[in-house]
Amino acid sequence: MFGFIGSRLLQAIPVLLVVGFIAFALFNYIGDPVNILLGQDHTEAQRLALIKDLGLDQPFFVQYAHFLWTALHGNFGISYRLAQPVGSLIAERLPATLELAITASVLAFAIGVPMGVYTGIHRNTLLSRLFMVGSLIGVSLPTFLLGILLILTFSVGLGWLPSFGRGPVVHVGGWWTTGLTSWAGIRSLILPAVTLGLFQMTLIMRLVRAEMLEVLRTDYIKFARARGLTSRAINFGHALKNTLVPVITIIGLQFGGVVAFSLVTEAVFQWPGMGLLLVQSVAVADIPVMSAYLMLIALVFVLINLIVDLLYYAVDPRLRIRR
Amino acid sequence: MPGASSVSRAWNSDMAYSFRTSPVALASAAIALILIVAAVFAPLIAPHDPMDVASLSLMDSFKPPVGLPDADWSNLLGTDNQGRDVLSAIMYGMRISLLVGFLSTLFAIVVGVGVGLLAGYAGGLVGATLMRVADVQLTFPSILTALLVDGVITAALPGTMRQALQIYVIIFAIGISLWPNFARTVRGSTLVERNKDYVMAARVIGVPSWRIMLNHVLPNVIGPVMVIATLGLGQAIIAEATLSFLGVGLPSTQPSLGTLIRFGDDFLFSGQWWVTVFPGIALILMVLAINLLGDWLRDALNPRLR
Repeated sequence: MFGFIGSRLLQAIPVLLVVGFIAFALFNYIGDPVNILLGQDHTEAQRLALIKDLGLDQPFFVQYAHFLWTALHGNFGISYRLAQPVGSLIAERLPATLELAITASVLAFAIGVPMGVYTGIHRNTLLSRLFMVGSLIGVSLPTFLLGILLILTFSVGLGWLPSFGRGPVVHVGGWWTTGLTSWAGIRSLILPAVTLGLFQMTLIMRLVRAEMLEVLRTDYIKFARARGLTSRAINFGHALKNTLVPVITIIGLQFGGVVAFSLVTEAVFQWPGMGLLLVQSVAVADIPVMSAYLMLIALVFVLINLIVDLLYYAVDPRLRIRR
Repeated sequence: MPGASSVSRAWNSDMAYSFRTSPVALASAAIALILIVAAVFAPLIAPHDPMDVASLSLMDSFKPPVGLPDADWSNLLGTDNQGRDVLSAIMYGMRISLLVGFLSTLFAIVVGVGVGLLAGYAGGLVGATLMRVADVQLTFPSILTALLVDGVITAALPGTMRQALQIYVIIFAIGISLWPNFARTVRGSTLVERNKDYVMAARVIGVPSWRIMLNHVLPNVIGPVMVIATLGLGQAIIAEATLSFLGVGLPSTQPSLGTLIRFGDDFLFSGQWWVTVFPGIALILMVLAINLLGDWLRDALNPRLR
């Protein structure tokens, strides 16, 4: 068990180092930080002093190591646009993004799995065909357009739900903020979560359907039928259980994608998360924010891969027997 | 007559038969064709010239589409806040969306197929490293890659050149975000092809490796590439629209469909929905037609499904 986790951790380290290297290269070599920090009027002595302060006279690998070391301490430099430390800018916005991404994933799982089971069992009913056609349209619909159409329908047309922002938020435990404690906060979350989760939902539905079709053909399902089990027990107790391993993997691996992809949803709904921060930073070439975002998202992906591996280990007993 | 016989051969081929008998393929091809013709010949057939600032009049602003009160037949889909004809703006916008889509897909094909052939046929450290990069990149959403590449290059360019080079930066950024799909597929099929007898025969008579790759292996692995290219074109068009919607895409002087949707987004709450909704419908129709064609092509090229 520990060997398994250890080897996974060892595989993750080179990936993080490479991403850290890219982030470092961006940070140090694009848009000369000395010129940006000094401004127009300066003496040669001031310039040299700043180069020494920033450590730019050090050998390359010393600079890289220093960059990684400060990044490990949550210090990613100062945003050019907002003139605030990038670390605290991101920490402020992280809860908003995670809350949105988790809600969207839970929604996608809770609706996508039953839809997939239904379309897998009843292949040719009208409702199944409707779901399948709907999922194709869902894939072709660009996320930002879906968001706009939802705003047009539910905010402008019907006036049921707010179209932007997060509503009132409550601070929990010093650094986390949540909008889930008030009705207004939950209402603000609905449209962004549906927008972000729809693509995941169609993906989960298609995956569960394909897996169900596969599993329902196997011998042990035929045997379960022969034993006279109820179709409910066969479909949910035997078939669905065996489809869940790939589904959990995909959902887990996709979660990083949901976090990253939320930047589009956040821009449409002016959701005050990391993605909106990134989009605003790209528009004005704010390199420190971009490199910090890159490192953070890589870390999220590596952690998720690790958790998915551990879940595999818990779900699939064959992995445990082998060692 | 070699010309006529090749035409009739193409008409009677399996692909053409499957195309003629599939209503979905015919309908989506028709929609795609109409949209492409409308885009390509926009300067000739568009009712107004949306780029001509002199012809715009604020008196004409926010005219509703035909069917609503106060509508005007000369502006079929209404006008925007500057009095620009929405239909004409859509036709010109599709030109830019399609151009960026085609060029960035082409770029992704060239890079991806090149790397895939190299990694599959020659192998080696470079190929293995590039495939590893492709694997890592595939775990990120392509829009994030495109956004970051776009942001970094824009930051590296001097301010005066940004506007002029923006379209190339976008094409490069979207192309880079799409190449791993091509590289993976081509590498997979190249690994199968390289062990076949015709490759061995070519090697025995001393054909150089690069010629074997380009003249012998490439034609045999290009089938699946066509499917991914079609679906990739849809993705590229969505990516360009998304970047332009986010305000980091093309400059406002060259409004693509995404830029038009962003402009219109400001007027959702004041009731002028047509400024956003019609470019949005054009975008959905275009992407849906391309995706359906890609699905059909995948089924048609897959012999197991026949």
